[in-house]
Amino acid sequence: MYKAFLIKYSEIGIKGKNRYVFEDALVRNIVKALEGVDGVFDVSKEQGRIYIEAKSDYDYEETCEVLQKVFGIAAICPTELVEDKSWENVCKRVCEFVDGQYEDKNFTFKVFAKRSDKTYPFTSPEIGREAGAVLIDRFPEMSVDVHEPEVKITVEIRSCAYIYSKSIPGSGGMPVGCGGKAMLLLSGGIDSPVAGYMIAKRGVNMDAVYFHAPPYTSERAKKKVVDLARKISVYTGKIRLHVINFTEIQMAIYEKCPHDELTIIMRRYMMRIAEKLAIDSGCLSLITGESIGQVASQTMQSLAATNEVCTLPVFRPLIAFDKQDIISVSERIDTFETSILPYEDCCTTFVAKHPVTKPDVMVIRKSETKLEDVIGEMLERAYSSDEIIEVG
Amino acid sequence: MEAYFDNAATTKAASEVVDIMMKVLSEDYGNPSSKHTKGLDAEEYIDNSRKIIADTLKCDAKNIIFTSGGTEANNHALIGTALAYERTGKHIITTAFEHASVNEPLLFLEKKGYEISFVSVDNEGHVDADELKSMVRDDTILVSVMHVNNEVGALQDIKKLSEAVKSVNSRVIFHVDAIQGYGKYRIFPKKQGIDLMSASGHKINGPKGSGFLYKGDKLKTFPYLYGGGQEKGMRSGTENVPAIAGLGAAVKQMYDNLDDRRRLIIEVKQALIDGISEIEGAVFNINRSLDANVGAPHILSVSFEGVRGQVLLNALQDNKIYVSSGSACSSNHPQISGTLKAIGVSEKLLDSTIRFSMSFENTVRQAEYVVKVLKEQIPVLQKFKRY
Repeated sequence: MYKAFLIKYSEIGIKGKNRYVFEDALVRNIVKALEGVDGVFDVSKEQGRIYIEAKSDYDYEETCEVLQKVFGIAAICPTELVEDKSWENVCKRVCEFVDGQYEDKNFTFKVFAKRSDKTYPFTSPEIGREAGAVLIDRFPEMSVDVHEPEVKITVEIRSCAYIYSKSIPGSGGMPVGCGGKAMLLLSGGIDSPVAGYMIAKRGVNMDAVYFHAPPYTSERAKKKVVDLARKISVYTGKIRLHVINFTEIQMAIYEKCPHDELTIIMRRYMMRIAEKLAIDSGCLSLITGESIGQVASQTMQSLAATNEVCTLPVFRPLIAFDKQDIISVSERIDTFETSILPYEDCCTTFVAKHPVTKPDVMVIRKSETKLEDVIGEMLERAYSSDEIIEVG
Repeated sequence: MEAYFDNAATTKAASEVVDIMMKVLSEDYGNPSSKHTKGLDAEEYIDNSRKIIADTLKCDAKNIIFTSGGTEANNHALIGTALAYERTGKHIITTAFEHASVNEPLLFLEKKGYEISFVSVDNEGHVDADELKSMVRDDTILVSVMHVNNEVGALQDIKKLSEAVKSVNSRVIFHVDAIQGYGKYRIFPKKQGIDLMSASGHKINGPKGSGFLYKGDKLKTFPYLYGGGQEKGMRSGTENVPAIAGLGAAVKQMYDNLDDRRRLIIEVKQALIDGISEIEGAVFNINRSLDANVGAPHILSVSFEGVRGQVLLNALQDNKIYVSSGSACSSNHPQISGTLKAIGVSEKLLDSTIRFSMSFENTVRQAEYVVKVLKEQIPVLQKFKRY
């Protein structure tokens, strides 16, 4: 049983003086992720590495699974922790480690050594060479291949000695919490949760907003969105989900504006509301799940028409994704099954038979003037309908 | 005001039911198979419920097999019979508008090599005895007909249909899904030619997870669950004593008050029909009659032109009125009701149908409240047309 894990991170490593900010965020996120795992862990930062030490019995598979969901981790190395780092003991433990991990010893290997404890009696190349020799003595079936070894055994001499040979891929990205906060427009479909996940991968915290249109959209549709927010919060951390009652605005658009422009105008108001909520809650951008040409409201002309109503940057991480690629990600992050539950959101309820695919911004603006008299109050009422649900 | 009009989906447990269940759960919690007195005490509850139910059916207590509910009773009846009689034949007949707990086991049997025929229903939801008769063959082993349809309340003349079937082939086993009818009607299996009959507890103010299968004498069915041999080997698994005790109490309170309650329900139905008739675009899907011999008193299916059932359901729920939509339907996954199609409801109304289902606890005042809310909501919702 491994007593420790060494966490490797990639991009953080190349940061400059503010590197500690990223490392500290990663340590925090790891500690938080491990709260849900049975066992007591000590997470520490030491000379450009993060170590997790198990202080009790714990569930190995569950621990790896949880860590694989923490952004900022390039790889997770289950590690043997050797407190007595005397050379004799290290050699003994390296042999025990290999014996315990590999039943069939008919493989090629190389021992890599790292030494941050510069008082240690051997240099790194010496450690590698000597440990290799000890292993061959003990297990003659093993053979050294310094160019393309099948098994790479690493021995690190620090305040303790660490021995590892396995590397479980992490999800990469940046630690959530050091990339600012954004507002995700969450609809209940397949795309928006994936968009949130992808932006979170770049270290971004997020709030989310859902537009509820009772009685046209059901309570189950709302619950579905809450469930989706909860599912992605595994990756994004805590999410404050704003539920905005959008019925009145939608009805007004339906009654006063041309029906083929319904969706575009509706989305423009959604963007306006999302932006206000974003600014009020300290978000620096909006996130949507749009992808060029997927539906009428996502052609380049339509995107331009919805984009022009807000000044915050709008991030659309799926912009060049095919639907199937989006589905693949949603299956991987376990949102797909929930997304395809057949409850209608307001976009599917209120879609026209032949919506405009190439809206002219000037025409849309003109249509919107028909709402001038009422929209101000309606927007106020929409903002005050804000119901905040915290998940994660 | 709260108005729960979804009693065909499930009902609130009666207070007698809650009391007896609490007692079994906390005091008389023994396993009926245990040899000590604690076990014996538990067994008493089961014997007692079995007797209560047998009395309502005028049958022997041994004809009752307790199940986990209506679905299990239907599955046991259909699959258990099909397996037991597979050497006699593999032909089964049912109607075009059965509940999924009959349809799905039959589709399973179809995949296993059985042949399933569907007899049509007319616009009133009735099966034609002559048509059914013409479908019966030498290798027909089973006919399954629902007593009261859950979506529209159509009532079948069970005796007539059973006689028609048996006049052609007397060996055919006649199964009745009485999940919506038991507790609303007096059903006497022997007199009415019923060999197997399914019933559920939670539709009659009993607990969920309770139900039974009536099984006539000298009838073979294969058990559906194997194990410790409870229910004379027909349904293994430690008896759900609290649920069975609750079921007995539910049946008793239902049949002790059957006629009074039916009168109450019909009053409420009358009030709904009177009020809804005044709403433009409202269409009653059969069963408008107040005569319980014509259609089930507790079910009223109504379509409102130009309003989607699910949307109306949401709007009513915001006013604390709870109903079912005739079909779970959305643009992505159209699942139009088979029942409504079978009785010939027009295409444009299929998606615009809701079901009111009453219990004796509903009042005329509630019905009037429902009508008032409908009169407010329908015109608003009709304004908003879907493409």
